[in-house]
Amino acid sequence: MRYVIFCYHCEATVAAWAPEQEAAVLEQRAVVRDRLSARGKLGPVVRLMPTTTATTVRGGAEPLVLDGPFAETKEQLLGFYVVDCATLEEAIDTGRQLVGQSGAMEVRPIRSFSPGAIG
Amino acid sequence: MSDVAGIDAALSSARPQVVGALLRYFRDLDVAEEAFQEACLRALKNWPLNGPPRDPVAWLIFVGRNCALDEARRRRKQTALPPDDLISDLEDTEGALAGGLDDAHYRDDVLRLMFICCHPGLPATQQIAVALRIVSGLTVKEIARAFLVSESAMEQRITRAKRAIAAADVPFEAPGAPERAHRLAAVAAMIYLVFNEGYSASGGDSHVRVSLCDEAIRLVRLLLRLFPAEPEIMGLAALLLLQHARTPARLDTNQDIVLLEDQDRGRWNREMIDEGLVLVEKALRHWRPGPYQVQAAIAAVHAQAMRAQETDWEEIDRLYAVLERLQPSPVVTLNRAVAVEKIRGPAAALAMIEPLAGRLSGYFHFHGVKGAWLYALGREDEGRAAFDRAIALANTPAQAAHIRQHLDRLVAPGGLSRADSDARGSAGTTGRT
Repeated sequence: MRYVIFCYHCEATVAAWAPEQEAAVLEQRAVVRDRLSARGKLGPVVRLMPTTTATTVRGGAEPLVLDGPFAETKEQLLGFYVVDCATLEEAIDTGRQLVGQSGAMEVRPIRSFSPGAIG
Repeated sequence: MSDVAGIDAALSSARPQVVGALLRYFRDLDVAEEAFQEACLRALKNWPLNGPPRDPVAWLIFVGRNCALDEARRRRKQTALPPDDLISDLEDTEGALAGGLDDAHYRDDVLRLMFICCHPGLPATQQIAVALRIVSGLTVKEIARAFLVSESAMEQRITRAKRAIAAADVPFEAPGAPERAHRLAAVAAMIYLVFNEGYSASGGDSHVRVSLCDEAIRLVRLLLRLFPAEPEIMGLAALLLLQHARTPARLDTNQDIVLLEDQDRGRWNREMIDEGLVLVEKALRHWRPGPYQVQAAIAAVHAQAMRAQETDWEEIDRLYAVLERLQPSPVVTLNRAVAVEKIRGPAAALAMIEPLAGRLSGYFHFHGVKGAWLYALGREDEGRAAFDRAIALANTPAQAAHIRQHLDRLVAPGGLSRADSDARGSAGTTGRT
């Protein structure tokens, strides 16, 4: 079975970390990554840009584009796409095509990406 | 967040919301700051034992408020409390218990806290110092180091500024839309001042300087999280990120400024550039251009050129034309002329800045570029006079050195050895025009 593991934390707090602390956290995670990677069990690893770069496309007859991250608590995260787009406009348009009549798509640029090995 | 470093980061990132909310309760900056301090001390004792709370901001507000109330009760005889209905406002803590509070709840508190630092009676340097003290929570010692003044001098400045703030009486009611827009604009300008303080000066402790830029970026991100649909705030965030991205390439090993066109672009921070570019795009989707957005768009054009020769000067010229309309100023026209020189040559650029001579007679960049263009046209005597004027007008030795270095480079390749040595020779004779 494949699993996705999402990382949650307070964005402002993480941004306030001293460089040594950030390095310590990443180092601890790198140990786990390397172990998985050596066994061919690691898929894509993604670090997202801050929520300030996010745009949300709300589903509907005429999908609505809103600045900011997805902030509702009544809906749950059900899946995601990784797409390569030349512009933010193209990414938002892709979200618009995907969203349909209801639900929402948060479009957020990726800060760093490693594709991993599982197909 | 179990260790002290993690708690420190959580406390400093919570500070604007918590002090902002406590200021709303107690309507007194000193009381709010002391209450925050006390809450932080309790957090440092409590969180390692019991684990951090789910909502650190609400926890700190709740604890800080109770601390301040206890303190006020102890001193009841000396100190008058605000009316009970103000400080018994439990909305925040009840909301936190229900788990339904988000950043938006604190946005007017944070905006007010930032806005009081923008008091028009305070000179720019004091606005910056006060913002760093009140909003960011930097110590007086750290701020004094950034400004290269003694700790006691900075302490005095901040105390004076706080007195002016207290007398200003900024209303505590939630502002209406026009007032909110007014406050946002003032706060954006203040954040840009903080950034420029860190970015422009090359003297002093470069570590402290860089941290002022980081702090400005932290503040503008906070503002953008609270006001996610404001294109000018996006523009400001983008502008700061795109400029700060160049920091690793801006100073050479002697700590001298390296001109944009000479910088090793491989050393630019690509992560910051990418984030800045996305924010420019996000802002421009609103079709509500403003000065920060246009300046960010100009910085974006530079950021997208992997080599200086690949810079799209036509686009920069167009963007400066927009900026001239939005925010007419001789300095903007001067910057536009720099782009025009790249496209149409020095004669066209000189013609463009000729009408600015009166208004920019005291501006050293004006004489610097004018000298360079005169040289390019073979008008060496006039060029040298402009160079001398530029050096005489430099505000700091670093600025003078920067100009001289710039001039040396301009005159060196054309075989103008006489002018070259003269330009160098004029270095020590500031005041000669």
